[in-house]
Amino acid sequence: MSTSTQRTSSQDLGPIQPLYVRITHWINAIAIFIMVGSGWQIYNASPLLAFAFPPSLTLGGWLAGGLLWHFAGMWLFVGNGLFYLVLGLKRGHFRRKFLPIRATDVMADLGAAVTGRLSHADLSVYNAVQKLFYLGVLIAGVVIVASGLALWKPVQFKELAALFGGYEGARLVHFFAMASIVLFLVIHVAMAVLVPRSLRAMIGGR
Amino acid sequence: MRHAGKRPPEVNAELLVQDAARLLPDASRRRFLRQVASLGALAALTGCDITDAPSAEKALRKISEFNDWVQARLFNPNRLATTYPDSAVTRPFPFNAYYPEAEAPDVDEERYRLILDGRIANKQPWTLPQLAELPQETQITRLVCVEGWSAIGKWTGVPLRSFLERVGADLTAKYVHFVCAEGYSSSIDMPTALHPQTQMTLAFDGQTLPTRFGFPMRIRIPTKLGFKNPKHVIGMTVLNNYTGGYWEDQGYNWFSGL
Repeated sequence: MSTSTQRTSSQDLGPIQPLYVRITHWINAIAIFIMVGSGWQIYNASPLLAFAFPPSLTLGGWLAGGLLWHFAGMWLFVGNGLFYLVLGLKRGHFRRKFLPIRATDVMADLGAAVTGRLSHADLSVYNAVQKLFYLGVLIAGVVIVASGLALWKPVQFKELAALFGGYEGARLVHFFAMASIVLFLVIHVAMAVLVPRSLRAMIGGR
Repeated sequence: MRHAGKRPPEVNAELLVQDAARLLPDASRRRFLRQVASLGALAALTGCDITDAPSAEKALRKISEFNDWVQARLFNPNRLATTYPDSAVTRPFPFNAYYPEAEAPDVDEERYRLILDGRIANKQPWTLPQLAELPQETQITRLVCVEGWSAIGKWTGVPLRSFLERVGADLTAKYVHFVCAEGYSSSIDMPTALHPQTQMTLAFDGQTLPTRFGFPMRIRIPTKLGFKNPKHVIGMTVLNNYTGGYWEDQGYNWFSGL
């Protein structure tokens, strides 16, 4: 059977997604759901831009509920994120999977992707567009935590807040970091639907 | 789904629901219930019955209390909020309260007394002229609202620390509780009460504190969110018991430090 031979060969190489990546991925999915839903609730209390999020997509029911979720979810998001970062760095996961990113590869793979010719035969190797996306969302994650800290404690961490141009600057950065993560999420979920094997790898490892 | 979970037998479910329902405004209540119900996956993962709104609310409040503890440790009593030049003051400064501006309480200057209670040696009430005679300080700092917006204002008044020392307050007590003319209340930790920028404000932007900003006296704390800067303050109690406050009792984080 072809599935059994496939299994044997990939077993030799280890799983496509190691266990810690799979666990932190799904905890992160829950954390993002909480942080974005409650963040939109908080945003709606005093919209920064000329629009508000549909209340049905927000979490917490009202401002205090949103804040309770947000400042509880932050521990899950940051704790899980730190665990993933430390392990990813220690095991060379980022270096191996995300680097190097060459501009020419990105252009070539992007061209192939939009014309539907980009291969997903080997899920253990990321193409240049994926590398750029995963590294990009990782950076957005770091920025959203740093700007969030600046918003939460603009006096205690005023140097950090100054880095973002003060409290109001940190508000903008926090918003756009959220927007990039949500944009990533839309594409990420669409791709997982288009290549269901990748979803299977993120659940079962292969 | 909402009440699918098993609750310990000693907890009265009816009372729990009533208790939690009290905490949320009517329109939002159902939404909160519906949304936590959609978090079934989280419940399955953690094994906690968070699909049950009252227990979810309870768990979130426990974490909020933990966050109070974290913030008290993050708070540096010597760390000053950034001060700004006069040109940076937000003019006009926004009005914000849980009532419309027209309903801001009119406090009679003649009859005004600041009532002191609790662990204070000299509980003599204070009139407005007596407060105005004390040494004043001016600060231009940023007020950050729990809603997210911020504005820079210019506040003048008596440093709360010097007032507490003057009336012989027990500075080792845990809390200072404030009561306002129209019934609002809030309480703060003693380290914040003693912070050099925490002020009993009597004037705003060079003018006697207007009604909309809390005449005759508000507590201005640039190291706390705006709702912890009570207006129209008529009572001050120094004590060791947690007393919460108007918004805090409805779910806003108590410490709310900046």
